[in-house]
Amino acid sequence: MDTLAFLIKRLGQAAVVMLVISIIGFSIQDNLGDPLRELVGQSVSEEVRDELREEMGLNDPFFVQYWRFLTKAVQGDLGTSYFFKKPALEVIMGKFPATFELVLAATFIIIFVSVPVGIYCAIHPKSFFSRLAMAVSIVGISVPVFLTAIFSIYIFAIYLDWLPSYGRGDTVDLGFWRTGFLSLDGLSHLILPALALSSIMLPLFIRLIRGEMMEVLRSEYVRFAWAKGLHPSRVYLLHAFKNTLLPVITVGGVQVGTLIAYTILTETVFQWPGMGFLFLEAVNRVDTPLIIAYIIVVGLIFVITNTIVDLVYTMVNPMVRITGVKG
Amino acid sequence: MKKTLMFLATAMVAVVMASGAYAKTLKMAYDADPVSLDPHEQLSGGTLQLSHMVFDPLVRWNKDLGFDARLAESWERVDELTMRFKIRQGVKFHSGNMLTAKDVVWTFDRIKGSEDFKAIFSKMSMKMVDDHTVDIVTDGPFPLVLHNATYIFPMDSAFYSGTDANGKDKGDIVKHGDSFASKTVSGTGPFTITSREQGVKVEFARFADYWDASSKGNVSKIVFTPIKEAPTRVAALLSGDVDFIAPVPPTDLDRVRNNDGTELITMSGTRIITFQMDQNRREEFKNPKVRQAIVHAINNEGIVQKIMKGFGTAAAQMSPKGYLGYNGGLKPRYDIAKAQSLMKEAGYDKGFTVTMMAPNNRYVNDFKIAEAVQSMLAKINIKVELTTMPKAQYWPKFDERAADMMMIGWHSDTEDSANFYEFLAMTPNKDTGKGQYNAGNYSNERVDQLTEATLIMTDDEERAKALQDIEKILHEDAAFVPLHWQDLAWAARTGVHIEDVVNVMNFPYLGDLVID
Repeated sequence: MDTLAFLIKRLGQAAVVMLVISIIGFSIQDNLGDPLRELVGQSVSEEVRDELREEMGLNDPFFVQYWRFLTKAVQGDLGTSYFFKKPALEVIMGKFPATFELVLAATFIIIFVSVPVGIYCAIHPKSFFSRLAMAVSIVGISVPVFLTAIFSIYIFAIYLDWLPSYGRGDTVDLGFWRTGFLSLDGLSHLILPALALSSIMLPLFIRLIRGEMMEVLRSEYVRFAWAKGLHPSRVYLLHAFKNTLLPVITVGGVQVGTLIAYTILTETVFQWPGMGFLFLEAVNRVDTPLIIAYIIVVGLIFVITNTIVDLVYTMVNPMVRITGVKG
Repeated sequence: MKKTLMFLATAMVAVVMASGAYAKTLKMAYDADPVSLDPHEQLSGGTLQLSHMVFDPLVRWNKDLGFDARLAESWERVDELTMRFKIRQGVKFHSGNMLTAKDVVWTFDRIKGSEDFKAIFSKMSMKMVDDHTVDIVTDGPFPLVLHNATYIFPMDSAFYSGTDANGKDKGDIVKHGDSFASKTVSGTGPFTITSREQGVKVEFARFADYWDASSKGNVSKIVFTPIKEAPTRVAALLSGDVDFIAPVPPTDLDRVRNNDGTELITMSGTRIITFQMDQNRREEFKNPKVRQAIVHAINNEGIVQKIMKGFGTAAAQMSPKGYLGYNGGLKPRYDIAKAQSLMKEAGYDKGFTVTMMAPNNRYVNDFKIAEAVQSMLAKINIKVELTTMPKAQYWPKFDERAADMMMIGWHSDTEDSANFYEFLAMTPNKDTGKGQYNAGNYSNERVDQLTEATLIMTDDEERAKALQDIEKILHEDAAFVPLHWQDLAWAARTGVHIEDVVNVMNFPYLGDLVID
């Protein structure tokens, strides 16, 4: 029952957030530039441009335009992309699988690398490997993602010629979803972008897990567990690591947003046909309906992931009740 | 009869397959993919590049900026106002329909309804003479009939007639919205489109019934991928993921040139980059001496060397070499001492402050060029307050004439000099649309008259003289600051002979491309 009430509350919050985002998105659109410039050639006269503007409703006052947008938006119509000439939402949803798979792959890399490395560094803080991992992670945090991306292209695609340099490769169409996970070509195309994208979060999580774990290892109940003579793996994994997870999940939930933000850079460098790349292109082309739709969809993703994080939280630690984590 | 034909066809297919002539795949990457499959929706480089793959024009440019016969087999001038074109026989559209004069006239009438193209064709109309002959008739004497015929890519009128699933006319030209012609195509060109995912990939296959049997082109399939980021595009070529890329960024020219297995082709381009000095905003700019001083203070050859890394040709006029208006006597004028003395003569040796705007993602190194100009003008005590911004925000500012000096690059849509003067040098006039991009508000009656005159002159020699005179006047008046013509660059894997198909207009004739 609690969960249901919580979800309903969250839904209400989401609606407010979406509304605010749409107003902000709409009010900046006048500063994004003139869409007509991208739609017509250089020698088209200002008169003709103005006729087109009138026809597209771009000359209407802000609130008229916004109201028109809002009434359509509540029916699921976020406008039609100028460039793709299709509903903006449909265009974004078409690109969503590519971005989702990229983020998923990066998340996998982050989890499967940061957890073991973080735990190891916490248990053996003075070992050579731990020091190395810490040193590398400092570098990793400070190198911007597009540099990592370009370097990895030059090393793995040009110099070693192991992996493809751009794009998504072959995809398998599942009807509702086009996936790159099911073909070898698709997977090989995924490796570099996923590595580049994970490179920003990976050092952060290794350091976070290490720090939290070292904290927990000093606590009373871990000492007590040792005193009971439990097997080290049980102490480390069940007693210590599980309690390390809470802050990690919290940070993780927030960082999903950062990860999505960084897909814009990663996808652009790798010509990855996802939402982030689409967004940057839309900004360049002043495709305002697409820009606003993207902002709204990403806003929604934020709300959803944070809701999931809150729910997962209660599963990891039953002491936390969701009614207590609102806000 | 039928059997013999079948046999012949089979034999031909067998011969072709045995020789392996049609089994090459070209993987290419440009910075962007075409906006639409409709050849008349937008007048842009991308549209023309696509048009030359899927359609054929009546005539097309050759390397010497002359005209080669394509769907027009031959042409002759009937009188001062009429040019007669013989349309090639036996040309098949992708749909299977045969090309006739009716398609050509239909296409011409359609162009006249295109916002982007109609200005070019405003003085022309077309009449059908017989099934394979058309006349282009002009309102008055008009020198650019053949120039404009390079824009006429006959469309399959039967294919584009009728209504689509939404009840709309299949021939509609729609700028922002769904239209039949923006997604479906039937031309006479060397390639058909087999699949297209906008912004991701376009796949082409060679059209089996292509009319031009003499073409040596042996590419049977093209996979076209837009790769927006220049370093990634270069990396894709160097790693062998694609065979052909354009454009190549100046920073990577040496890398591609020196790399084993890739070839670089560069060419002096036709897009002139300039700064305009707004005489309506600044009293100082009304003084020709000040304008001269500015032009003399800007070392555009230095900009080409240092900033463009040699990837450009320093300019002293608008018309590039090869255009009728190119005046060989005009040379870049960098001379700082003269610039300083001109400022003194004009009474501005103490200098003044001006505002300047330039885009930062429109032309090659645009904002770096603006910064260089800023520091060069400091030497004659002109303090420049520079603002740079993405093109999307820049163009509205340009339309507002929001700064004292603004950057603009221009490529002549007609590949003719007069187009430069019409848009950049003539006195701005809202009603006629002349001088639409003249943000300097430069006005010279003589330039206006001469330009108008060259638009109705048909004698090439007389016309060349008039056009070159205009360049000279603009030069002497320092009507604008000429910087350079941007070079063009393409790169391909060794064995992909792009050098034979690229041209200064930057629409490679890929139908004729040979791969070893």
